[in-house]
Amino acid sequence: MLQFFNVPRRDLLTFLAFSAVVLAMPLWLSPLGAAYPGLMQKFAIYAIFALGFNILFGLTGYLSFGHAAFVGVGSYTAVWSFKLLTMDVLPAMVFAVVVAGGFSLVIGYLSLRRSGIYFSILTLAFAQMCYSLAYSVLTPITNGETSLQLTLRDPRIIDTALAPRGEGLPSASILGHVFSGVEGFYFCAVMLIVGFFISQKIFSSPFGMMLRAIKSNQVRMNYTGFNTRPYALTAFVISGMYAGLAGALLAVTDPLAGAERMQWTASGEVVLMTILGGVGTLIGPVIGAWLIKYFENIFSAFNEQVLHRVFDWVPDGLEDIVVLITSKFVGEGWHLTLGLLFVLIVVFLPGGVMEGVRRIAGLFGRRGKPSSGAAMRVQPAE
Amino acid sequence: MTDTLKGMRRRTLLKSGLAGILATGVAPLIFTRGAYAQEFCNAPTGDTVTLGFNVPQTGAYADEGADELKAYELAVEHLNGGGDGGMIPTFSSKTLKGSGILGKKVAYVTGDTQTKADAARDSARRMIERDGAVMITGGSSSGVAIAVQGLCQEMGVIFMAALTHSNDTTGKDKKRYGFRHFFNAYQSGIAIAPTLGKAYGTDRIAYHLTADYTWGWTQEESMKNATEALGWKTIAPVRTPVGAGDFSQYITPVLNSGADVLVLNHYGFDMVNSLTQAVQFGLRDKQVNGKQFEIVVPLVSDLMAKGAGASMKGIYGTANWDWQLGDDASKAFTKSFGAKFGQPPSQAAHTSYVQTLLYADACERAGTFYPPEVIKALEDYEFDGLGNGPTTYRGADHQCFKDVYVVQGKQAPANPFDLLQVVDVASKDAVTYDPAIFGGELGPDTPAMLIVDVLISNPGGRFSR
Repeated sequence: MLQFFNVPRRDLLTFLAFSAVVLAMPLWLSPLGAAYPGLMQKFAIYAIFALGFNILFGLTGYLSFGHAAFVGVGSYTAVWSFKLLTMDVLPAMVFAVVVAGGFSLVIGYLSLRRSGIYFSILTLAFAQMCYSLAYSVLTPITNGETSLQLTLRDPRIIDTALAPRGEGLPSASILGHVFSGVEGFYFCAVMLIVGFFISQKIFSSPFGMMLRAIKSNQVRMNYTGFNTRPYALTAFVISGMYAGLAGALLAVTDPLAGAERMQWTASGEVVLMTILGGVGTLIGPVIGAWLIKYFENIFSAFNEQVLHRVFDWVPDGLEDIVVLITSKFVGEGWHLTLGLLFVLIVVFLPGGVMEGVRRIAGLFGRRGKPSSGAAMRVQPAE
Repeated sequence: MTDTLKGMRRRTLLKSGLAGILATGVAPLIFTRGAYAQEFCNAPTGDTVTLGFNVPQTGAYADEGADELKAYELAVEHLNGGGDGGMIPTFSSKTLKGSGILGKKVAYVTGDTQTKADAARDSARRMIERDGAVMITGGSSSGVAIAVQGLCQEMGVIFMAALTHSNDTTGKDKKRYGFRHFFNAYQSGIAIAPTLGKAYGTDRIAYHLTADYTWGWTQEESMKNATEALGWKTIAPVRTPVGAGDFSQYITPVLNSGADVLVLNHYGFDMVNSLTQAVQFGLRDKQVNGKQFEIVVPLVSDLMAKGAGASMKGIYGTANWDWQLGDDASKAFTKSFGAKFGQPPSQAAHTSYVQTLLYADACERAGTFYPPEVIKALEDYEFDGLGNGPTTYRGADHQCFKDVYVVQGKQAPANPFDLLQVVDVASKDAVTYDPAIFGGELGPDTPAMLIVDVLISNPGGRFSR
């Protein structure tokens, strides 16, 4: 058991640095205008989602376009656990991870019969099926477009058995302690750190090496006598469980589950996050998730009023022009900015933000291989 | 040698890393200390009060969202004493003096709901937790409005719903902190049925195309009940996804269904697309069952009529308000909106503007921003002079009751904005119903105390002890 926590020193350093950065979010996000619980929770949750996705996409190279389905399944399961059993988050999370794992086992088993583009299309098709089911067919379970919400009449068997019903809707709690917003963030942050640790272990394990071998040359693996499919399926299920956890945490921090969480745009978003940050790197997907969520929440809130304040120093006549031009890139135009950023990164830094970090590190240090990147660049010998 | 050096460095790094973790874990406790001195969520303490405008800026309802945002800007300007005051002089309550709300200047923040529940709640949380908004308003999709209303109830922030027409908003999903000025699908059905009976007879077969979410469902149900009471029959309704874009696959089966009326329970760009396509497919030139084929759009707005263009001519629908109404309040509002933006306001703009004024007035009458008092001031409040005639904010479900207008697309518009004409008015009494028919519970009005976290983003402390 202790063996499990015995990690190489370099990994330990990465882990500690990562933990410090995550836990210190309220401090370093403050000047960026993003240090409010709602967004910090999203940062932690989508980082978990991206971390899990990266175990599949980054290591095995299987590009799934349907991972949002597992987030949705996790959310619905968690909200149903809140409605039927208890507002405690622990059972909700366990159920969500298990159910999302089950879904990913089925979908993964069927989709992994093909590889490459066919695999992507299959996962996309399954996810869209889940979405359509949640959106209209299964309305009694999912409440369709209106989203599944808590109501005053929910049974909540365990809670009502222990204590009389209070007035108003209950909030998510852990062992009787009700979360406030910031506590909710720290809870998600701890989950993220645990998720990061597990992902780190997988990256450095023989199993992780096997997954990389699948990415590098699956045919050769098969010829040498390995059956690669169980490995790929395991990776698929693990990443599905990460997504389920992320979905559960979304419900924990805000007890509502909507079908649009399962839409293909949501699946595409996590692909963007991973590519933006750096496919196959440990930290890259997390950075990608943060970038995208930052754009979505902060840039979209800039209106002309704010811009006028920002460009106050520009001479009067010019100010209006500057504001007019920049206003196209913020507010409702945040997609445009994100798109431009994505194009620039893919063209100039194919390895994502992490490649940029590596290049800069390479300029300064002779060693030029930061701890996290080195392990990732190991490729099986040709 | 180097190894030892490195080892030392690592050890120090480890130590400082741990210290950092500890420090950050403790930090929030320090920040939040004393926050309980604050009475309720986002109590304004400076000389400004912040309102949050949460509207769709992208997606199928973006046109309505843009218009709502304009109306909010105008309302803020008028509340702060700018412009010509719009409807403030015509409003029956005379508490608003153009000096902000309770002497505090009105500031605002905006957000994009993307017509999605998740995104809308994210952006509402940003406005509440980061920007300190004391009231959230907006809408354009009932699904979104219901989701945000639920959030506002949890957080103890008043939500003044703008454009949301589903029965559920003030029906089964009603909340103590949510208020709606706009009318609902049930009222649309009651209002439009007599007009339809007169124009199209009582022996019709209707086919429904319905936007697949809470608003569409309730409107379909209300229209079905109201028209079946006339003697119409309904063929099984068809649900279409929001933002579908192309409706041709849904319209083709209508031709062979034996129906002679098509009811489009669509809104925004969806309605523009489905109506235009239905007309292009020649539905309105058809004779079915020996009768002229007709199309009904139960909820229409100027923006949609503009989008649909010539297809809209002669089509019946209902509206909450129209800029061509002759009363002083409507004229004043249309004038000041037109002067600022060069176009007449839509009904979405009107309801947004009115909701902002009503909130401001309720705060003035309550003498505080404390939500339970503001809620009391709004419940069962009777007012006039906001463009809809005498209006009641019913306390039992937080729904406004007022006249509902039956409108028709104009055959010969005099100008690009002259698109709808009011052909009938359903009186306030006629559209009043028993709140019990939709069920639901308002919940408690005790304010939430938990939003102390805002301090972290704002450690300077707008929150006095």
